[in-house]
Amino acid sequence: MPPANPPPRPRAAAARLLDLLVYALLTGCAVVTLVPFAWMVAAALKNQTDFFTSVFLPRGDGFLGVAWDHLTLDNFRRLLVELPIPRAIVNSVFLSAGLSLLATLFCAMGGYGLAKYPFRGRAVLTTLVLGAAILPPSLLLAPGFELVWRLGLLDSYAGFLLPGLTPAFGVFLFRQAMLNRVPAELIESARLDGCGELRIFFQLVLPLVRPMTGAFIILSFLGTWNNFIGPQLILQSAERQPLAVAMNNLRGVYGTDYGLVMAGTLVSIAPIMALFLLLQREFISGLTAGAVKG
Amino acid sequence: MTPPVPAAPRSAPPFPRWAPWFFVAPWLLGFATFVAWPLGRSLVLSCLQTYGPGTTVYVGLANFRYLLHDELFWKALANTVRFTLGCVGVQLPVALGLALLLNRPSLRGRAWFRLVFFAPSLVGLAFAALLVALMFERRTGLVDAGLHSLFSSWDPDFPWLEQYVMTALILAAVWLYAGFNMVYFLAALQGVSPELLEAAAIDGAGPWQRFWHVTLPEIRPVAGLVVLMSVAGSFQLFELPYLMFNTTGDPAGPDNSALTVVMYLYQMGFLSGDLGYASAIGWVLAVLLISLALLQRWLARREEY
Repeated sequence: MPPANPPPRPRAAAARLLDLLVYALLTGCAVVTLVPFAWMVAAALKNQTDFFTSVFLPRGDGFLGVAWDHLTLDNFRRLLVELPIPRAIVNSVFLSAGLSLLATLFCAMGGYGLAKYPFRGRAVLTTLVLGAAILPPSLLLAPGFELVWRLGLLDSYAGFLLPGLTPAFGVFLFRQAMLNRVPAELIESARLDGCGELRIFFQLVLPLVRPMTGAFIILSFLGTWNNFIGPQLILQSAERQPLAVAMNNLRGVYGTDYGLVMAGTLVSIAPIMALFLLLQREFISGLTAGAVKG
Repeated sequence: MTPPVPAAPRSAPPFPRWAPWFFVAPWLLGFATFVAWPLGRSLVLSCLQTYGPGTTVYVGLANFRYLLHDELFWKALANTVRFTLGCVGVQLPVALGLALLLNRPSLRGRAWFRLVFFAPSLVGLAFAALLVALMFERRTGLVDAGLHSLFSSWDPDFPWLEQYVMTALILAAVWLYAGFNMVYFLAALQGVSPELLEAAAIDGAGPWQRFWHVTLPEIRPVAGLVVLMSVAGSFQLFELPYLMFNTTGDPAGPDNSALTVVMYLYQMGFLSGDLGYASAIGWVLAVLLISLALLQRWLARREEY
């Protein structure tokens, strides 16, 4: 570091050099981050021969030295026409949408009950929520599977959905949001005006915590879409399995068909990426809500 | 709906007694059925040997005694600890570094960089495994082919999935989660007061001293939480190695180099059908993780005084 009070010009130049270095480093890291995605897209568009002979796009005489005419959508055609992947897409959408909407409703209700009603047992229940939130999920894997088997719900959508409808973590997040954003006076004055408890919750409280609601719907949608172990254990017939399970079964059968596997991976993660691009703010605030602000 | 109990004038009518219980009922029902009951049941199960869920034999503490001498379990635990240390030691510094770069006040395009770095963490591990497995294949995979075309001295047959399994998994974890943890670090860094940093600079503290004596203590609570989440997450590692090696016929990888604790639990419980032994493994894992969480809280508290 230069001594105190350096002449202003070199200092500005040094700052600019440092800026340049920061941009170079960040751009380098961004390229490294994106290259696997580019490789996957390229692989999905190539046939088997081109996959082995080129890292990204096949070389040829076309524009920019790329053999554009070698690129093919055949992998996607096979995936979506010949193989049962459309069914898996429908399952993924159905399970993720159903679970995230219901879980958000139940978590918001639970969080409201714990945050805004002084009642006997509230302290105990709040402790239980916190305790349940820190349990490692793998501890409940074996007994949870046994329970679903006992209930006769193996290989049914209900067997997968029911255990996921009331995540303690969500109740905790909504409790925090209610404590921070819903003033008690508002609820009391609504009661004075003769407003029923259900109407207070749906028409007054839920709109006040809308940011949390949006973030939590997205977060549980993502979690369900990406869940492998749950559907793998519980949904055994092929026609009920979501993409996470179906794609890995497909790799077991067509494992060396690299283009097909990459096309399937692309189809599986593209909807999540699209959602993220549309709703980035909700994503990031959902992630940091529990940790930084709470 | 029951009418509210008539109340004294001027004060708000009290809520009906059913109301709080109505709102917590769905969670309470779910908790009792799918958390409390299985939790108790797993204590019972850990004292049983089972052949599928239907057939059970009481074995007392034999599962835990066997676990102590089970070489595969220790191998799985050692692999898991190595992966965890790799994640905390490599991925978190990368995450903090990215956050520090992005926190530069004069930086433009911060939102775009953040978007790019965060994107891989949206890819579920079940899908990432498909991509990562192909990326690390010899010669044809992106890593070997790319490194070879950049540096011709790089061996295009570098055996990532044969001999450097753990390194490959840690590199994959850096790609997947550095951007995720960066979001937390960045949020914490943006909470560090600029006045404090300015005061330190006026007092003659260099950038390194400012980082070490001002920034780091300020972000310590968030950093502690990120470390804890990272350790807890790494300890649950399962899908990534399992699905990467599943098609080779042995999901534990060559010489069990990719076997993790949760993978061992899964194999014992659902492939060998011994839910009892799987529950015993689950309890050991839970006790380990909860002690780590308590240790972190204790350390954080001790710091406050």
